[in-house]
Amino acid sequence: MSEPIIVIDHVSMMFNIASEQLNNLKEYFIKIIKRELHFKKFMALEDIDLVINRGEQYGIVGTNGSGKSTLLKIIAGVLEPTKGKVAIGGTIAPLIELGAGFDLELTARENIYLNGALLGYSRQFIHERFDEIVDFAEVRDFLDMPMKNYSSGMVARVAFSVATATIPDILVVDEALSVGDFLFQEKCEKRIRELVDTHGTTLLFVSHSVDQVERVCNRAVWIEKGHMRMVGEVNEVCEAYRKLGQE
Amino acid sequence: MADTNQVIEKSQLKRNWFVLESLVTKDFKLKYRRSVLGILWSVLNPLLMMIVLAAVFSYMFRFSIENFPVYLILGQIMFDFMNRGTLGAISSIINSQSLIKKIRIEKMLFPLEKVAFELVNFAISLIAVAAVMAFFRVVPSIHVIWGLPFIIIVAFIFVAGLGLLLSALAVFFRDVMHLWTVVVSAWNYATPIFYPFEMLPDWMQTLELFNPMYHYVTFFRDIMMWNTNPGAMECLVCFGMAAITFLVGLIVFRKTERNFILYI
Repeated sequence: MSEPIIVIDHVSMMFNIASEQLNNLKEYFIKIIKRELHFKKFMALEDIDLVINRGEQYGIVGTNGSGKSTLLKIIAGVLEPTKGKVAIGGTIAPLIELGAGFDLELTARENIYLNGALLGYSRQFIHERFDEIVDFAEVRDFLDMPMKNYSSGMVARVAFSVATATIPDILVVDEALSVGDFLFQEKCEKRIRELVDTHGTTLLFVSHSVDQVERVCNRAVWIEKGHMRMVGEVNEVCEAYRKLGQE
Repeated sequence: MADTNQVIEKSQLKRNWFVLESLVTKDFKLKYRRSVLGILWSVLNPLLMMIVLAAVFSYMFRFSIENFPVYLILGQIMFDFMNRGTLGAISSIINSQSLIKKIRIEKMLFPLEKVAFELVNFAISLIAVAAVMAFFRVVPSIHVIWGLPFIIIVAFIFVAGLGLLLSALAVFFRDVMHLWTVVVSAWNYATPIFYPFEMLPDWMQTLELFNPMYHYVTFFRDIMMWNTNPGAMECLVCFGMAAITFLVGLIVFRKTERNFILYI
């Protein structure tokens, strides 16, 4: 069970924050000529070193702007780290903000295919899973309605349903469950549990609700201002994190 | 190891193709949603535009071009393909930011998709061209058999290269988007679309040799209405310009794409 699936090897992420907004060519060249092009350096992540084994459920906690999402984006392969390396040993299903690829002018049926394609499914795969996706999202009666007429909860249901149609090796969940009513949240948690328990999916879970993290994960890492502050059993880490509020 | 790599590469290609297909389908659905005539507009539009231009220019300038409407529509749909393809591509990365920020995806798909979409449009407009040619009893030359696929592929490569270049630049400098509409408009007048090449002063005629759109439009007319074989040299020029443009676009895109996410 201790086969590493995600190896985060001394990862640092540095952003250049332009000290002023330069959005046009003229300003840019003037600045270059005057050699006034200053960037402030901002370390979003510094020297994160973490090995996640197959089948583990990792919660990531930390205050706002501490670099949680940046880390997830690096793991998902969207961002490239400035320093260090991330090695991934499997397929990733990112649930970073649901419904990113939806076009609300299209119907749910069309969106399921479009989003599936963007997530890397084949046409045949979507075809086979179509009923399953629709049933989970509970939108069968509205399949051919443009999604702009959907409620935000319904959109989230479809998005979650498409994203978890596959059985990924790694599931990345970033605050995705904060939308939708409590019934839907429970359903999502159940689906995540199912993936984790029966299929051995590795879970990376970001949430501001420490209770939820404790419920879903067995290990946790606490990131604070880009530094790894603590890593270990979920209860210990969450306990320490909670104390931050009481300091 | 080479085998598995090949399998991965192949499935990656298949995946990208499916994404491309899905996006083009989406664009088509959105473009013609709620219009009664639907996809017929892709035929009607160039036809109507040609009628307007033909009416205007036959009264105002009276160029001595045989079958002027055919001359017009050929030049116009070729130029329009470039115009709309680049215009679609230029904002494609910026418009797909929500996706690019969240999903690991081949970013090149977005500009290429826009160009592919316009290519399909272009292909449909060929129906309008056929109609106009039939009306004026213009018979295409035998060279259409190889020339038409050739010029379509070459034009696609050219526009795709421009699209890649512009979409990458637009991420860093949004000015490019505003500037480009002006450039295209100037380019439109500088290319013999609605006037004859011979009307241009000598220095302009020389300059045209460096204008890819002039070559493509002329090639297109050669095979479609002037019963001329453009010749091997002209093929080489057309292809060379496309290949260079594509290469530049590709290199710039590949060099800059990892920084897109920081600017969108």
